Amino acid sequence: MEFNTNFILGCSAIGAGLAVIAGIGPGVGQGIAAGHAAAAVGRNPGAKSDITSTMLLGQAVAETTGLYGLLVAILLLFVKPLVP
Amino acid sequence: MEQGILLSESTEVDFMIHGVFSYELFGQTVWITTTHVCVLFVMLIIMGFCLAANRAMKKAEEVPKGFQNVVELIVEMLDGMIGGVMGKHAVTFRNYIGTIFIFILISNISGLLGLRPPTADYGVTFALGIITFTLIHFNKFKHQKVSGVLKGLCDPWPIWAPINIVSDFAVPISLSLRLFANILSGTAIMALIYALLSKVAIAWPAALHVYFDLFSGAIQTYVFCMLTMTYITDACTTE
Repeated sequence: MEFNTNFILGCSAIGAGLAVIAGIGPGVGQGIAAGHAAAAVGRNPGAKSDITSTMLLGQAVAETTGLYGLLVAILLLFVKPLVP
Repeated sequence: MEQGILLSESTEVDFMIHGVFSYELFGQTVWITTTHVCVLFVMLIIMGFCLAANRAMKKAEEVPKGFQNVVELIVEMLDGMIGGVMGKHAVTFRNYIGTIFIFILISNISGLLGLRPPTADYGVTFALGIITFTLIHFNKFKHQKVSGVLKGLCDPWPIWAPINIVSDFAVPISLSLRLFANILSGTAIMALIYALLSKVAIAWPAALHVYFDLFSGAIQTYVFCMLTMTYITDACTTE
């Protein structure tokens, strides 16, 4: 039983590490959004505040998928649903 | 597991919700947790501010000065934000959006006061998501009538109806999980830093607090209110 619990904890840690790989997607997406926003400000500096708020809204929505991965990792590490 | 890690004095990483006391209600054990306590503190802050604002506005002057300036600035900012998104529906929803904006903002930045942010508890954010869901569908039935709702469900073809229903129910879940996970990640990272780097965590975590509590909290408040307004405006719009 002892072995089993430790084995499950170790596997949970590996699973948590794999789950936060989900962070790659939002990273790329937010970078693209920020790059295009910078280009837009360069083209039309007068609309800077509008562009910034639109960019932040889009980035925050894109961040959600990464946060799901983080949530899975936190659940695996701290709530330990798989340990009997 | 008993050894300290490198720079830490303890291995205790603690950012979970704790029970304060429990009581029996209809055979169920009901826990009063730290979240309840923190929500009470947030309510006290907001109520104190409201009483002060009420007193300032009772003796309001033509040319505002001091505290009256601050109150008018907040109201004008909220009015501008809501009016910009909702247009002619702004009058109906100004109170609700303003209320949740102030509540979520104070909750998110209450980490600075040493509280555990109430929005880092899924119970709180899910309740907010459910309210938004109810508002969306109430207004959908009110403005588009039953025929409009049915037409929206069968959008391209009737066979898409199950997918449309699933996407309707995904709205409050993604809305609440986004807020919850953002604030929880900030709380977790700050707890990890204080627990695992406790020997060197002097003064510099303040910079991280500015990012995780102030910046992230304000952005997520803005996003939550913005999305709520967009969904409600969508529901109110009739073709």
